[in-house]
Amino acid sequence: MADALDATGPTYAPADFSGWTCPAPLRDHDRVVMGHGGGGTLSAELVEHLFVPAFGNDVLSELGDSARLPASGERLAFSTDSFVVRPLFFPGGSIGDLAVNGTVNDLAMAGARPLFLSCGFILEEGVELAVVARVAEAFGAAARAAGVTVATGDTKVVEAGHGDGVFINTAGIGRIPDGVDIHPRRARPGDVILVSGAIGVHGVAIMSVREGLEFGVEIESDTAPLGDLVANLLAACPDVHVLRDPTRGGLATTLNEIAAASGVGVALEEDALPVPDAVANACALLGLDPLYVANEGKLAAFVPPDRADACLAVLRAHPLGKEAVAVGRCVPDHPGMVVSATGLGGTRVVDMPLGEQLPRIC
Amino acid sequence: MKYLDEFNDPVLARRLFDDIRALTTRPWSMMEVCGGQTHSIIRHGIDQLLPDEIELIHGPGCPVCVTPLETIDKALEIASRPKVIFCSFGDMLRVPGSGRDLFKVKSQGGDVRVVYSPLDALRLAQDNPDRQVVFFGIGFETTAPPNAMTVYQAKKLGITNFSLLVSHVRVPPAIDAIMNSPDCRVQAFLAAGHVCTVMGTAEYPVLAERHKVPIVVTGFEPLDILEGIRRAVRQLETGRHVVENAYPRAVQPEGSPAARAMLADVFEVTDRPWRGIGVIPQSGWRLSSRYRDYDAEHRFSVADIDTRESTVCRSGEVLQGLIKPHECAAFGKQCTPRNPLGATMVSSEGACAAYYLYRRLQLPTTEEASSVG
Repeated sequence: MADALDATGPTYAPADFSGWTCPAPLRDHDRVVMGHGGGGTLSAELVEHLFVPAFGNDVLSELGDSARLPASGERLAFSTDSFVVRPLFFPGGSIGDLAVNGTVNDLAMAGARPLFLSCGFILEEGVELAVVARVAEAFGAAARAAGVTVATGDTKVVEAGHGDGVFINTAGIGRIPDGVDIHPRRARPGDVILVSGAIGVHGVAIMSVREGLEFGVEIESDTAPLGDLVANLLAACPDVHVLRDPTRGGLATTLNEIAAASGVGVALEEDALPVPDAVANACALLGLDPLYVANEGKLAAFVPPDRADACLAVLRAHPLGKEAVAVGRCVPDHPGMVVSATGLGGTRVVDMPLGEQLPRIC
Repeated sequence: MKYLDEFNDPVLARRLFDDIRALTTRPWSMMEVCGGQTHSIIRHGIDQLLPDEIELIHGPGCPVCVTPLETIDKALEIASRPKVIFCSFGDMLRVPGSGRDLFKVKSQGGDVRVVYSPLDALRLAQDNPDRQVVFFGIGFETTAPPNAMTVYQAKKLGITNFSLLVSHVRVPPAIDAIMNSPDCRVQAFLAAGHVCTVMGTAEYPVLAERHKVPIVVTGFEPLDILEGIRRAVRQLETGRHVVENAYPRAVQPEGSPAARAMLADVFEVTDRPWRGIGVIPQSGWRLSSRYRDYDAEHRFSVADIDTRESTVCRSGEVLQGLIKPHECAAFGKQCTPRNPLGATMVSSEGACAAYYLYRRLQLPTTEEASSVG
């Protein structure tokens, strides 16, 4: 296929999304499929073509990890997230930790200091109260660790068989410091992309318990609140352009979203990616790509090139960022696309996943 | 990871690229048989780094791609039935049948589950005695032994609510069929290493001799693939056509006797249709008469299924190396990874999907960029 480098072959049209409006926007599916929750293209279309038109306003349609609200004299960040994790408890954490850290981290990704959290518990009839109590204790401990106040809450119960033990929704409000302007459209050619630590850890930890897969070593989830790390980063460099925590869909999805939102290309260095051996081994066995595996407690930062070294030093000085590395940069070429230099010196396109990543057969 | 890192060494790779370049004096086309090899070639950008004279043709060794539409429709039908738990490897779920895929069946209430081993499906059968558990047994000589073992175990343990929907295929008859095609452009084969780990190499010398074609048993890591290419070029340049084993750390000439014995007990060779190619004689396996009770096609009556293949999809020609994916009129237009007309556009191992991603880099536009965001 060496002649494939020849670009004189026929071109093709991009997918035709014209005519996609609410209320019948999802032309391929008349029901929810698992891929709608996978964090890839199907998830993005569900949000962009179903929820955003239905709820539409300027604050929402920025589609950052957190909405940025105008308030008298202050700027607030506001975010919500729902948690449907199975199993409820896994190595390194529980749904309670995730429900706090997920929303707190979304606030932090707008540069905000998390202040208040709401919690909505949807409990399935029949679930043991001891289980609910363990989740609640983990939730409370995580909130205290993150320095956020649980200000309001709600509980509903659904009939047995209509839930999966415990579902949690949280919403959070944080304050954005003056001079900070972080949002997904701000990446610029030249920006250096930093990742705060090892990728793929949470996804592999969840898979190992959910599927009963043994990888020789126990892999613990990396769930953690990132507010402190972000505060330190912003103290050193208020002009951070974009922050994102690459959860569902992994780092590949995050980078694709930002490349598309900012209209820049992303050039990754595969050799620089921080993939722990245990994650690499698990992915090699299952035919998965660590770039698409979920993370918790990690962030990707797009920073101006002249501040990159300083930002990296600040990240590495914090316990949650001590393995931070630069993994690539933004380029003017191939806008909207993520291209990785392979270890052998070739390149490959790191595409947006459609839905969930599926283990390959061979 | 041991046996992975060592075979991904950029310095050694550079040396092999240099060797291949030094050996190559004119254009050669070779086919990597296995989808896993295609995936590795694309994943590491190997095709971009080879001399222009070397053309790699992506072969039919992607189990997702060659499973016939009729079989997928049968899977969809069985998976839709109440009281059935339908188990499959992950990437079969998105393969389009006549109008829908297993994901849609799942969203419409079908109990479709991704498993990592057919033995997981057998365990499900034990745990759910009031349900029928069906495993989708597709793939080559590599996936066939564990499926055979599962049926063997089911019979041994007296588990009667388990069955296998079988669409297993064999590599050597496909190589023969490709070489028999009057338009064939393939001058050498990189044979599928893991297939030979099971079956050994005894089936290949007759093919190399009959078609005067070099066959190099090749592994999957970058250095394995480069070594396979180097040996194929060396044979082509010197006018030889023998079977070479470039994957000796995993392939013994006799294969795995235990796996072959299991296959011989549970399966028997049969003619098998390949999606987009047609029936290839003796190219598949079905359950032998001793295990016929475990055949899902017998257990569920699915004979009268209306199968409609896309009229524009040319995946069969792609699978045989007769055309490049972009030479199909539907490529990138009606047919994309999100709306695949043929299975070659589904799996990342599929030639069309790999080519789609690859060409996007050559021809980027902002419209495209926004369409994926």
